[in-house]
Amino acid sequence: MFLELNNLLNTTPERAEQGKLTLLCDAKTDGSFLVHHFLSFYLKANCKVCFVALIQSFSHYNIVGQKLGVNLTMARERGQLVFLEGLKSAVDVFFQAQEKPHPLQFLREANAGNLKPLFEFVREALKPVDSGEAGWTYPVLLVDDLSVLLSLGLGAVAVLDFIHYCRATVCWELKGNVVVLVHDSGDVEDEENDILLNGLSHQSHLILRAEGLATGFCRDVHGQLRILWRRPLQSTSQRDQSLTYQYKIQDRSVSFFAKGMSPAVL
Amino acid sequence: MTLSEGARLEMLDSLHWGVLDLAKCGDRDGLSIRHSVEWEGRSLLKALVKKSALCGEQVHILGCEVSEEEFREGFDSDINNRLVYHDFFRDPLNWSETGEALPGGPLGALRAMCKRTDLGPVTIALDSLSWLLLHLPCATLCQTLHAVSHQDSCPLGDGSPVGKVHVLGLLHEELHGPGPMGALSSLAQTEVTLGGTMGQASARILCRRPRQHPTDQTQWFSILPDFSLDLQAGPSIESQPHSDPHIPPVDPTAHLTFNLHLSKKEREARDSLTLPFQFSSEKQEALLRPRPSQATSHIFYEPDAYDDLDQEDPDDDLDV
Repeated sequence: MFLELNNLLNTTPERAEQGKLTLLCDAKTDGSFLVHHFLSFYLKANCKVCFVALIQSFSHYNIVGQKLGVNLTMARERGQLVFLEGLKSAVDVFFQAQEKPHPLQFLREANAGNLKPLFEFVREALKPVDSGEAGWTYPVLLVDDLSVLLSLGLGAVAVLDFIHYCRATVCWELKGNVVVLVHDSGDVEDEENDILLNGLSHQSHLILRAEGLATGFCRDVHGQLRILWRRPLQSTSQRDQSLTYQYKIQDRSVSFFAKGMSPAVL
Repeated sequence: MTLSEGARLEMLDSLHWGVLDLAKCGDRDGLSIRHSVEWEGRSLLKALVKKSALCGEQVHILGCEVSEEEFREGFDSDINNRLVYHDFFRDPLNWSETGEALPGGPLGALRAMCKRTDLGPVTIALDSLSWLLLHLPCATLCQTLHAVSHQDSCPLGDGSPVGKVHVLGLLHEELHGPGPMGALSSLAQTEVTLGGTMGQASARILCRRPRQHPTDQTQWFSILPDFSLDLQAGPSIESQPHSDPHIPPVDPTAHLTFNLHLSKKEREARDSLTLPFQFSSEKQEALLRPRPSQATSHIFYEPDAYDDLDQEDPDDDLDV
């Protein structure tokens, strides 16, 4: 996890809030560093994590995780991490006979299906174990990412329904957290993606938006991060709090600074 | 809060009494709250629900987006007792197949409200209209909403009229195209679009009453923690965005090598100075009647050693 990002979000693994939906989105840049941050953050917070990884392989996340101080292989072995490797298990849908529907069963369906099997996989992975061993703090669902589900033929409403059910089960019933990544198509007109992004924005408590710089690529400033807190529970103030920082990604950390205050230009 | 309080509350009247006031309304009683990600509208919906409950109406909430606890949070117990929450948050699509989900889903619940038999006025709050619009065909939803809000014009079999029905709907404006939005706008009598500036929320209220000119007003407001509405005249000065709290504001006049400040005497001298082109009457007189004793301007010339004091005009030998 990135300590500077924890400071900006005013949170630590020990005292993170529960029952929250965090939306990560990126526009014109790669926001996957946020996914790595939250994965290592929640593993360090001793949470039971279900990671639906549809974009990269397990070893990719493991390598980055080791730079951030978590060992995914060990976490998986001791049962803290339930990892759905989309790239590998998508093939199982076609070549292995399954008794119950595979989480990615929608790949076989001709019409736009729903994500009920995937939801049931998540619910099964995160349901509290009665024996009470290992004592994980609270469950967390991480999805990387949802836009690829649209590319695979699902409708935006089906994905929104899936997140709705995850929110109802993980956030409300189990008092855990959900973190999802959605790409913003930006200039490209993609109605389904816009519906997905806007629909999730309305349901989220925290939105982290990584944007590329408007002027293009820069060696010292990789992008801009906009943080929007929604639905603050303490007060019913209409105005949600929003902060913007620029960042530079380094080998093992990300440094954040106010706009125009990059160390390279000061 | 009574309807007869001062002029300041007239905006409050038109904001939702325009819908909830039995005397002024026509047949169509729908109010839709359009909000965006930046300016959320659920608190306003809750404030209006609280108002209806305080008036003694029964309030039905079709909850599809937030849990019952989250919706009821902030209301005190006598209001909560008047709210009937139809929970479509936990299992709206009946995925759990346990049989606990309400039959027919949200549409069934909405249709059931068309056939109610109690006579008192009732308010139906849809949280949210966007969820219904995404999951139901637009035509079906519009027909059902029309039927729900028009049931007061169709009396019961025994001839007694059913009480007024008011429908409040929360709409996420970025999610829908112009077609469905237009259809819902035509159904709603009042449309409240939320926006704001400088930390202050505003509501643009478009009210179309039958046989009256449509009105378009903007009202600044804020919602208090107990979900009562506080109407304001305009954006307050204190809610200006402050600079980044991490960097304290720097005073640019702090460490200068020159003096930017004036002492009291200097300030007085500056204030009493008359400007050269400021024409007071005395100055005008003096200019118009120059005194002969006043000499015209003098030129003082001291020649250098190398100056040529030849009085001859060098241009004299020109044949011009």
